[in-house]
Amino acid sequence: MKRIITATVQNRSGVLNRVTGLLSKRQFNIESISVGRTETEGVSKMTFVVDVSDEQKLEQLTKQLNKQIDVLKVSDITDKAIVARELAMVKVISNPQLRSEIQGIIEPFRSTIIDVSKDSMTVQVTGKSDKVDALIELLRPYGIKELARTGLTAFPRGNQPQVTDMKSYSLLK
Amino acid sequence: MKLEAKPEVKAQQHVKTGADLLVEALIDEGVDTLFGYPGGAVLPVYDAIYRAKEAFTHILPRHEQGAVHAAEGYARISGRPGVVVGTSGPGATNLVTGIADAMMDSLPLVVFTGQVAKSVIGTDAFQESDVMGITTPITKHNYQIQNIEELPRIVKEAFHIASTGRPGPVVVDIPKDISSTVSEAKVETEFHLPGYQPNFKPNPLQINKLIDAISQAEKPVILAGSGVIHAEGSEELRKFACTHQIPVTNTLLGLGSFPGNDDLSLGMAGMHGRYAANMALYECDLLINIGARFDDRLTGNLKYFAPKAKVAHIDIDPAEIGKNVPTQIPIVADAKASLAELNRQNLTMKDHQEWLDLIQKNKDDYPLWHEQPEEKLVPQWLLQKVHEYTNGDAVVTTDVGQHQMWAAQYYTFNKPNRWVTSGGLGTMGYGFPAAIGAQLAKPEGTVVAIVGDGGFQMTMQELSILQERGLPVKIIIVNNEALGMVRQWQESFYEKRYSESLMGVQPDFIKLADSYNLKGYKIETQKQVEAILPDILANDEPAVVDCRVLQEENVYPMIAPGKGMHEMIGVRPT
Repeated sequence: MKRIITATVQNRSGVLNRVTGLLSKRQFNIESISVGRTETEGVSKMTFVVDVSDEQKLEQLTKQLNKQIDVLKVSDITDKAIVARELAMVKVISNPQLRSEIQGIIEPFRSTIIDVSKDSMTVQVTGKSDKVDALIELLRPYGIKELARTGLTAFPRGNQPQVTDMKSYSLLK
Repeated sequence: MKLEAKPEVKAQQHVKTGADLLVEALIDEGVDTLFGYPGGAVLPVYDAIYRAKEAFTHILPRHEQGAVHAAEGYARISGRPGVVVGTSGPGATNLVTGIADAMMDSLPLVVFTGQVAKSVIGTDAFQESDVMGITTPITKHNYQIQNIEELPRIVKEAFHIASTGRPGPVVVDIPKDISSTVSEAKVETEFHLPGYQPNFKPNPLQINKLIDAISQAEKPVILAGSGVIHAEGSEELRKFACTHQIPVTNTLLGLGSFPGNDDLSLGMAGMHGRYAANMALYECDLLINIGARFDDRLTGNLKYFAPKAKVAHIDIDPAEIGKNVPTQIPIVADAKASLAELNRQNLTMKDHQEWLDLIQKNKDDYPLWHEQPEEKLVPQWLLQKVHEYTNGDAVVTTDVGQHQMWAAQYYTFNKPNRWVTSGGLGTMGYGFPAAIGAQLAKPEGTVVAIVGDGGFQMTMQELSILQERGLPVKIIIVNNEALGMVRQWQESFYEKRYSESLMGVQPDFIKLADSYNLKGYKIETQKQVEAILPDILANDEPAVVDCRVLQEENVYPMIAPGKGMHEMIGVRPT
């Protein structure tokens, strides 16, 4: 099952290596990872999408992450009400004749063209991963020259539904 | 010309360098023993150690691996972190085995490694290695010092992390420019670790759940691991088990946490555990694991591990709970604190005499056994004699393999902090240097290193330390001219194809001892054991005892790999 895990970490050198090393050592598969600074100075947030086989493995993953000295808090936010976004840039083969056709395809995705050249154009799309996937599939027939995705980043919505069985693991709790 | 360090030449008075700050921080932490080996990148550190000579006993091994294993033995017996100093590059990589060993067996170590100067890190400089990268997966935490001002704080953090919660090794990598730089800036010593807050006290709700479960149980059993020893909770465990008459079995590393001679003791469980212990784990309806991590050498095939039991697990490391065995009652807390809390509770148990009778019957019907050919030296018998001659009160260290299992089976431990062995990593060459550290931690005690002929040859260069320090470590080489456990598995599972496991060519261990000015003995018969071993063990001097034991002897009983607790082989003489 795919899970979205977030970890707030102390922004110290080597922390990314610690976390990814730990996941690979214990044979967890990372599908995507994104890291960046947060509102607090010295604290970064990592968002992973991981594929785990069962609940027990998932519990191990969050516990092992929590054990790291530089990891402050780990949450599995998959089942929460969340906002999640990923950005992708797609360089599509195109000529002036195709340009407007492609524009028509990407428009419903609220995607924008950010670069154009003689024989290609680059499209930027933001959204949940399935939306990004859908657009990429639509563009594939034109020929994708280059594709880059940032990986998912996410956090819980300000308002959470009352009844949930969310999972959050933290030593600080 | 012989060079000697000249204490009378007073080192120049000068301002504090990073190395001086390090030495001060170590003194601050109460460190008085260092295990280390100098080299280019730690020259400034060694200069500072030289200036602070009186503060430390510095043990110089002949290979860095000796230093780190000695520090492990020291930590195991003293309960305080073992402190290791090594240089960059090969110095650091030679420490890796010991660091990994300490990680697996939860031993507190603080390891300082030199590093090339910051300006050349990453350029493949002379004796550079990526110590952070190499040690990240095998340490509880590691640091590379970036500014001299943070050095004292990091040393404090390192000792705190190594010795609290679930203990473990911490590496501090110090670039040479940091240790040689002079600093006048104000140093920081206060630290705050928001991501590291080990839970110490048990949750009362969980304790109540456990009390409920115990009061319902008809076949309870306690599995006591080394967590009980780390927490110094043996007395609480004894009280708890004896008050409620709950039988106790131990993991390999947990031996000594409960008196082995107590009626309630089942001895060691697991691959080479006792039949009664493994059957108790198989049949129990409530398993109370205190400070053990359900290692595969204990559980055998997980499908058959405690299949009928409700499992309670007390562990200071939450990640151990539910890792291998589904757990119904998790308690994240210190073992001693939890046992003390359990002892305070009102608990009335069901009558479980039938269970105790069954266990007693298994103990009586399936005791440990071994052949006893006339005159020949049988290793199991030898270990029993070592127990007898030391009144079961010696500190015993081992490597890994047959001799380790025989020591675990036949040297009954009645008190904690007597047993130093490489459990998780299973490191050959561990026992002898660990004995050196143990002896330093317990100068008055008898320390016996039980080693195999294979393992001893991996670290025997440390005989120099015995010679230099006059440490009265007794080395008993259980010599079967083979890598015994490898040979046993080849016999049992590879149709006796003894691929590279027989070691007929060996040094003359007596001459070897002699060359270090130590006494060496060779023992080949039971009579010789009885004649000379008692004196050797009682003497206040080191000894190397080459005991020629039967090569074909195997460790039994056994759970074959992949089999369950109830499928032991070799439980009775054939």
